[in-house]
Amino acid sequence: MSRAPTHNLAAARGRSLLRSKRANRLQHLASLAGHGILFAITSSSALAVLFIFWFILKDALPFFQLRGVREFFASTAWYPVAEPPQFGSLAIFVGSGLVTAGAIVVAVPLGIGAAVCLSDILPFAARQWVKPVIEILAAIPSVAFGFFALVVLAPMLQDRGGQMLAIGAWLVGAPVAALVIFVASDLLSARLPARRRLVGRLAIVGGLGGVACWGLANTAAALDAIEIPSGTNALNVSLILGLMALPTVVSVSEDALQSVGRELREGAYALGSTRAETLLRVVIPAAGSGICAAVILGVMRAVGETMVVWMASGNAAQIPSPWYNLLQPVRTLTATIAGEMGEADHVTGSARYHVLFAMALCLLTISYACNWISEHAVRRASRKLR
Amino acid sequence: MKTRIQSLLMLACGFALGFSGQTNAAKTTKIVIDGSTTVGPIAKAFAGYAMEKNPDVNITVSESGSGNGAKALINGACDIADMSRFMKPNEFEAAVAKGVLPVAHVVAIDGIAIIVHPSNPMAAITLDQIRDIYMGKATNWKQVSGPDKQIVVIGRDTSSGTYETFESLVMRGEKVVSGAENVGSNGQMRQRVQTTDGAIGYVGLGFIDRSVKPLKVDGIAPDMGEVATGRYPIARPLYMFTNGYPKLGTPLHAFVTLYLTPKGQEIIESIGFVPVTRY
Repeated sequence: MSRAPTHNLAAARGRSLLRSKRANRLQHLASLAGHGILFAITSSSALAVLFIFWFILKDALPFFQLRGVREFFASTAWYPVAEPPQFGSLAIFVGSGLVTAGAIVVAVPLGIGAAVCLSDILPFAARQWVKPVIEILAAIPSVAFGFFALVVLAPMLQDRGGQMLAIGAWLVGAPVAALVIFVASDLLSARLPARRRLVGRLAIVGGLGGVACWGLANTAAALDAIEIPSGTNALNVSLILGLMALPTVVSVSEDALQSVGRELREGAYALGSTRAETLLRVVIPAAGSGICAAVILGVMRAVGETMVVWMASGNAAQIPSPWYNLLQPVRTLTATIAGEMGEADHVTGSARYHVLFAMALCLLTISYACNWISEHAVRRASRKLR
Repeated sequence: MKTRIQSLLMLACGFALGFSGQTNAAKTTKIVIDGSTTVGPIAKAFAGYAMEKNPDVNITVSESGSGNGAKALINGACDIADMSRFMKPNEFEAAVAKGVLPVAHVVAIDGIAIIVHPSNPMAAITLDQIRDIYMGKATNWKQVSGPDKQIVVIGRDTSSGTYETFESLVMRGEKVVSGAENVGSNGQMRQRVQTTDGAIGYVGLGFIDRSVKPLKVDGIAPDMGEVATGRYPIARPLYMFTNGYPKLGTPLHAFVTLYLTPKGQEIIESIGFVPVTRY
């Protein structure tokens, strides 16, 4: 940077503008050194990943040598301090999977909906305001989320869990039912002769609406009767993890929707599509891989989260019965590692210590696989659009 | 240019000298304490008193669990390991192998209280009933002569000293049911029990307050007198471990013998534990 003024100075003093051989060599060396330093910095972060993998692998393998593979993956008896100890982690894997699935159910529809709204429906000025606000969610420390889950959400689920579930059913069910009824009445009434179309349409809307209301009211009443004995359960954690994964899903899928070119949208409009058709048939499919990557990144956020699940999942190493029962406490891989680390002897190097590394290895493998899939999806997306 | 560098160098030297002079004059003794979250409040209260009495002592107290405290003592990372259980044989072996000779100081006795939600009409429970509940044999309060309400079993994670004491004094080798929730600290346990109608949990005596209801165990209430006389069945000594017995007259020695003084006894009683001495 400082060379340019020196050159001007040199020119002003009447020297040649051509660099001397010595300066040339110096510059060559400097650029070589610069490249070297940058390369070292880049490779050091890659090396750090390799080192982490190596050290986890080094401490995880003794566990499988000591205890074999079968117990770890197939048994649900997790008693690491009993005599003799048991290290069955199936229930813990199921717990991780369950809260992650719950988080996806919360984050994906909300996230993609918000992304579509941001990229195609809200005016540009509003988007400039709304997107940063959503991204603030990502800046809230996870312990704050955990504290909220433990101190606010858990007692609320215990006291008014049934009501909350019933209200939730109405909030989700009513708009979906309205949309379905609207589309169905449109399709069905189109078959009627023009004279009776309006009456027929009203009858269909009334009939279907009545059925939907009856169904929803029944579901809500059934949910309302549910009593949740303990608020620190898989549902609580799923809701919070979904909220935490939301900014990732919104941000990445909004970028994907934005990168679908203007010409595709204009082409669709020119062919006479409505805005809904353009969105559903053209824009979202074109951004599909990017949205897929967004979902996977959200999944990774949920799988790897520790503090919230440690505080609010109940940490009971059991497979809920039935397995989809989100109202029972579960235990996840991350929470187990965090909770057991304190007493696991690295001095003596027991199986109880190495089992945590075996879990860490599984987590690393899962997130590596997710990362690879999302990279693949993004690469495919960018290739397709070009 | 040269003169400026020289003056900077001189300034830096001056600073260095000044700082070293300061540290030499103060002669601060540093005591690092790590370990059990149960013993932590005692260590903190002792530290506050000791630093007030002797401003040249600087004491830091961390609470990372009994096992981590032992680890830190073995690795020379702390001077005192707070522990709510005795050191295990393998920890002793590891310590001796590293040239550390752990010496135990029993600073107080802790009773583990069985707590329920204040709305629970139960007033007493037996050790066998507690074991049945934690084994998953009794899942409704009416099975242990209580109201018709599902029991929410809350335990401590296996890495806590409180868990180990509960395990050895109450469970006696039986396994805690897999559906039991686990929490990471006494405070979190109290928080969970005070907000959950059907909950049962266990905390150190010092963590009982009006928000939860302690139950009599085998007819004996968890209070200071009953624990001190040894009548209350779920009680245990609390330890501070040092590397060898500290050199007499050092701040460390003063610290680990504070529990023997009337002031130390007063501090221990004020945070809800039972002192070993009675003046």
